Amino acid sequence: MKDHDTLEHRLTQQGISRRSFLKFCTAMASLMALPPGTAPAIAAALAQAKRPSVIWLSFQECTGCTESLTRSHSPTLESLIFDMISLDYHHTLQAASGFAAEKSREDAMKDFYGKYLLLVDGSIPTKDNGIYSTIAGRTNLDLLQEAAKGAAAIVAVGSCAAFGGLPMAKPNPTGAAPVSDLIKDKPIINISGCPPIPSVITGVLAHYLTFGELPALDELGRPKAFYGETIHDRCYRRPFYDQGKFAKTFDDEGARNGWCLYELGCKGPTTHNACATTKWNGGAGFPIEAGHGCLGCSEPNFWDAGSFYTPLAAPTSNIGAIAGAAALAGAAAAVALSAADRAKKKSLQQTHEKLTVKDISN
Amino acid sequence: MTQTVVVDPITRIEGHLRIEAETDAEGRITQASSAGTMVRGIEIILRGRDPRDAWAFAQRICGVCTLVHGIASVRAVEDALKYEIPANAQLIRNLMIAAQYVHDHVMHFYHLHALDWVDVVSALKADPKATSQLAQMVSPSYPRSSPGYFADVQKKVKTFVEGGQLGIFANGYWGHPAYKLPPEANLMALAHYLDALTWQRDVAKLHTIFGGKNPHPNFVVGGVPCAISVHPEHKGHGKGPHYRGGEAATSLNMVGLQNVKNIIEQMRTFVDQVYVPDTLAIAGFYKDWGKQGEGVGNFMTYGDFPEKGMSDPSSYLIPSGVILNRDLSTIHPVDLHDENQIQEYVSHSWYKYSGGKDKGLHPYAGETEFNYTGPKPPYEHLDTAKDYSWLKSPRWKGKAMEVGPLARVLMLYAKGHEPTKELVGMTLKKLDIPVPALFSTLGRTAARTLETKIIADAMMTWYDNLIANIKAGDVRTFNETKWDPSSWPAVAKGAGFMEAPRGALAHWVVIKDGKIDNYQAVVPSTWNAGPRDSQGQDGPYEAALKGHKLHDPKQPIEILRTIHSFDPCIACAVHVTNPDGEELVKVKIK
Repeated sequence: MKDHDTLEHRLTQQGISRRSFLKFCTAMASLMALPPGTAPAIAAALAQAKRPSVIWLSFQECTGCTESLTRSHSPTLESLIFDMISLDYHHTLQAASGFAAEKSREDAMKDFYGKYLLLVDGSIPTKDNGIYSTIAGRTNLDLLQEAAKGAAAIVAVGSCAAFGGLPMAKPNPTGAAPVSDLIKDKPIINISGCPPIPSVITGVLAHYLTFGELPALDELGRPKAFYGETIHDRCYRRPFYDQGKFAKTFDDEGARNGWCLYELGCKGPTTHNACATTKWNGGAGFPIEAGHGCLGCSEPNFWDAGSFYTPLAAPTSNIGAIAGAAALAGAAAAVALSAADRAKKKSLQQTHEKLTVKDISN
Repeated sequence: MTQTVVVDPITRIEGHLRIEAETDAEGRITQASSAGTMVRGIEIILRGRDPRDAWAFAQRICGVCTLVHGIASVRAVEDALKYEIPANAQLIRNLMIAAQYVHDHVMHFYHLHALDWVDVVSALKADPKATSQLAQMVSPSYPRSSPGYFADVQKKVKTFVEGGQLGIFANGYWGHPAYKLPPEANLMALAHYLDALTWQRDVAKLHTIFGGKNPHPNFVVGGVPCAISVHPEHKGHGKGPHYRGGEAATSLNMVGLQNVKNIIEQMRTFVDQVYVPDTLAIAGFYKDWGKQGEGVGNFMTYGDFPEKGMSDPSSYLIPSGVILNRDLSTIHPVDLHDENQIQEYVSHSWYKYSGGKDKGLHPYAGETEFNYTGPKPPYEHLDTAKDYSWLKSPRWKGKAMEVGPLARVLMLYAKGHEPTKELVGMTLKKLDIPVPALFSTLGRTAARTLETKIIADAMMTWYDNLIANIKAGDVRTFNETKWDPSSWPAVAKGAGFMEAPRGALAHWVVIKDGKIDNYQAVVPSTWNAGPRDSQGQDGPYEAALKGHKLHDPKQPIEILRTIHSFDPCIACAVHVTNPDGEELVKVKIK
């Protein structure tokens, strides 16, 4: 790699002014909720950066996470792969196949040993010696362990890689496991979601590339900048929740008025993600805005947390992480409590099943 | 000397696919074996769950053709419960499915398939002025065609290549003699590769407006979850809880509807001005691919895009049927409920059947268990005389079927659909190739482009109908009558089908006491990528590869061209599987 091959140099060559570059850095700083003074630091870091090598391994996945990556409006996939990283191995996007593809992976692992970033999507089957998923005749576990050795850090993209996801849902037929269960000696960032929000994937990468260190993570390994709050706390329908105004079906008056979807099973109160603030697909909306409750897809084991249409059984004030916020809300909490009780009764009648706080908060 | 060429992983597809091909002394493929090497067991995971939740699980079969399994799933449950959905919900589903086609096919062409035909490195040698002239000749109406534009793209790529880090373009078969495009055509296609990336991000918003996000938009059994927050009787005054329309309500407000319209226009513009002209221009250099890569010669569609509901097949835009041995004069009817028509075989798959491995089973009676008999990883070769894939082999009346764009275009053509006949006629004329050239790798890729246009053109009608309904005061999007499981029969079974971008897709569900008792999906890539059956009949991929001559077995670009022309989706293809014995017992507890 040549010395002049820095990001700023490349951008200048492409006719992008320093001013636009700084604007981009400011946008990044704001996206990651960093103090305004951070923008010059980002600019300085990016201007120096050579493109770090990224190896992306796909295991038991549906490619939804890669598709999501391509939908990122800022930074875009193009700017990511042309200007920010060197995406040296990625099944869905790379030109080479077979032997030539494997060579790209092997070269990157050797040339950038200790420095490359390893991205993983999909869970890893561990049952029966891993025969449930192989690439080039090798098991996913074998490939993961090999690539993890020389990785500077690992990013588990999507709920399958982060928490086991759908393949791990009961009864977990293939013994699927998340990355963090199998690799213990490397820093791991979990970018959960099914799939994760496009700009969250690229935003976390930009953070790492800018500062050369992991962003602050929550207890589940997720970047706090994006997973620090619940969807419920940031939801534009929250005022209706506080007023006790709920949609009862998918196209009643309440639904058309944009009332709270709590009684239709929305898992927003227990789900930590940035959907309500960052939104999806360039701000076009997010699930609750389009009328369907949150599935809770960025939380571990959400597939086994009861029906998507069963209202949360307990008022949100009882659920540990956000207890403080609800207690402050006083009167609102009282309304919520009675609504929750009604919802619980109704749901239990409807589904004949018992749902506990544990089901939705683990 | 004969040899076995192994391509694993096949990249630029969804999922994990391996091809092993035997070649003769001349490097010609005599036998090919297609192996799916990943399995999750989603069907077993679905057992015992609420059928209304199934769409979300099933949708995760695939995130590329995101939505198709969600749609097939809600339709299966609705078929089982005889659950009608409102007209608006039907129109919105049509728009979402159509948007998936346009988005998916364009991305397949530029981001997954193009690099088999387009040499990125050669683009560096192009003259931007000549490229501009070429682009304006190929598509006079597309505005991004100035010499400066192509010079910028070239500079970007040049800087990238000279930096020495080729990233996703590393180790491609650049310079291979099979690449026939002049440098200018390569540069034009490369520019459109980048344009398409930008375009797809914007048009994906149609799913976000109706379904909240993309990938994996939301659905609901009984309709669509997006309430329409616009009503002509309301003026939208005030911002209180009675406020309708505008940002405070749902994303399907007047702004959202207008955005949907804009997106449809944006889709049509790109298809008309870029995708169709590029396909024809590139195909002109690869006419010899109109003579190979056919496959089994049998084609099947289930039909989709109802004007009046799934119960009225006569209102489908894409008709259903089977074409045998290229005979377009006879269309055989398909019945998904008939236990003698669609059956799955496991003769060369890593599963067991209790009645013996040579039997075929209809999905309602689907019964399988994992039975891996392949080599212990790491392995060099699979034993393709025995079991070699996680895919099953679906057959219609015992015959292998190709599904997908080529099947659909042939079906529309055979049924005399005027716009299709016109488009096919124009394509054959422009390329100066005969009708049989459709039965090929080139024909399959061209069919994908043509059907994208047919479907994109149909979208505005559905949009107009939706607006007309709203104007007339009909804002229903959901039918609540059968939402409550206590209204369901004790036992119900149904089949939900659709035409996914990759081909005919169906889910079969058996509901008992409000829970899923059995769930089976037979998906397009299983039809196309499945292994040989008990009769030794090849699956479509395997048949299509026969006779391909490999210029250099170390750079098997010929295999990639034909396999990519099917647009493999392997996570879909091995969605499934039933439990092994041990797990079955656990599930039954529920």
